[in-house]
Amino acid sequence: MNISFRLNGEKVEIDVRPDRRVVDLLREDFGLTGTKESCGAGDCGACTILVDGESRLSCLMLAAQLQEREIVTIEGLSDEETLHPIQSAFVERGAVQCGFCVPGMILASVDLLKRNPTPTRHDIREGLSGNLCRCTGYHKIVDAVEDAAACLKDDPCR
Amino acid sequence: MPLRDVFLPRTLDDLWDTLEQRPESMVYAGGTDLFVRLRSGSIAPPSLVCLERLNEIKGVRDEGEFLFIGAATTHGFLLAHPLTVEHFPILAKALAVLASPPVRHMGTIGGNIVNASPAGDTLPPLYVLDAEIEISSRREVRRMPLADFIFGPGEVLLGKGEILTGVRVKKLTNENVHHYEKVGLRKGQACAVASLAALLRLSPSGVVEEARLAWGSVGPTVVTLTEVEHALTGEVLSHDTLKGLIPLVRDNVSPIDDVRASAEYRRIVAGQLLLRLQQYRWGGP
Repeated sequence: MNISFRLNGEKVEIDVRPDRRVVDLLREDFGLTGTKESCGAGDCGACTILVDGESRLSCLMLAAQLQEREIVTIEGLSDEETLHPIQSAFVERGAVQCGFCVPGMILASVDLLKRNPTPTRHDIREGLSGNLCRCTGYHKIVDAVEDAAACLKDDPCR
Repeated sequence: MPLRDVFLPRTLDDLWDTLEQRPESMVYAGGTDLFVRLRSGSIAPPSLVCLERLNEIKGVRDEGEFLFIGAATTHGFLLAHPLTVEHFPILAKALAVLASPPVRHMGTIGGNIVNASPAGDTLPPLYVLDAEIEISSRREVRRMPLADFIFGPGEVLLGKGEILTGVRVKKLTNENVHHYEKVGLRKGQACAVASLAALLRLSPSGVVEEARLAWGSVGPTVVTLTEVEHALTGEVLSHDTLKGLIPLVRDNVSPIDDVRASAEYRRIVAGQLLLRLQQYRWGGP
């Protein structure tokens, strides 16, 4: 099946079996290994991507569903020279241990801050409730999202 | 793995054609439940039909006295919709604790209904709201109460060539208590061990004038207990009143043991959940 969609800002077209999982397509066919797979069942959020700006789970989507969509993976969040303010905040706050959950955490945070630019710590916890961190680094992750929210309110941050 | 066709019809007419040509297809919208079962191998349909592009059955329509919710409306869309929040706080409360944000962006109300899990979070609220569902095929549209549509865990009255197209819910006027609570093993992303939806009309002095109650995860389908509703009606919404009804609840639910909890624990929790209602006696929380 021929599928065309936008991937990290670029129009792409690929001939692929329609029932291929999106996480496999991204990692294996496009080499975008920033998208992780852990549970494969929608519980952990490691495979989170943005579909038309909304967080979704690439392990629970089939290639055919990408048709005409705008997809952003962690690789497309910033260019090679700069980091997205949420990425910078994760670095500065040390909100990373093994790093496996981080792409999903960051993309879920992008979605959260778009809907709610001034979240409380409780809002952040709810917004990230679909993303598991097994190094139990949640406090620093919440700190980082709080910093990023504050930073994104000021233009110079961008 | 054999190649599986995936169809994405854009209109209902396209859908009916696909279902006629490929009657063995399995239909899905968000896929958040289906893909888990597909991966475990418990189901193996030769082809799949995804409803996510069917705008005809997406969104919320104000029909005056009723609200019509398209079956392929995502939980996230519904939770953020002003009409849900205004007219059905009980549904909004359940949607807010359903799975997690990314699952809510994918999963749909129609999927939650057709999946017919006793733990489905939208089901107890829809039962107390007396929701009516709409089933369509190329030839006809039929309607029935949600409670008649679901007859067992994962069992619904849906024939070949038919899909669930929507839910119709009557707007409320007098009910002033909208309650939903789920007990799970953790707070986020939890499947209900037991849940209670309660819709009450309370007088200013705290007397229950009307009560609708529905429990999730304590029976093969959502459990409604009219004897408890009747016993509560006319009483003051006090700790003593509610406590007195706990044995009646425990005796009439029929939970099972599973990986999440024992039947006995669920029986206890189903009763205790009633006690939360006392917080509304003086208009709170």
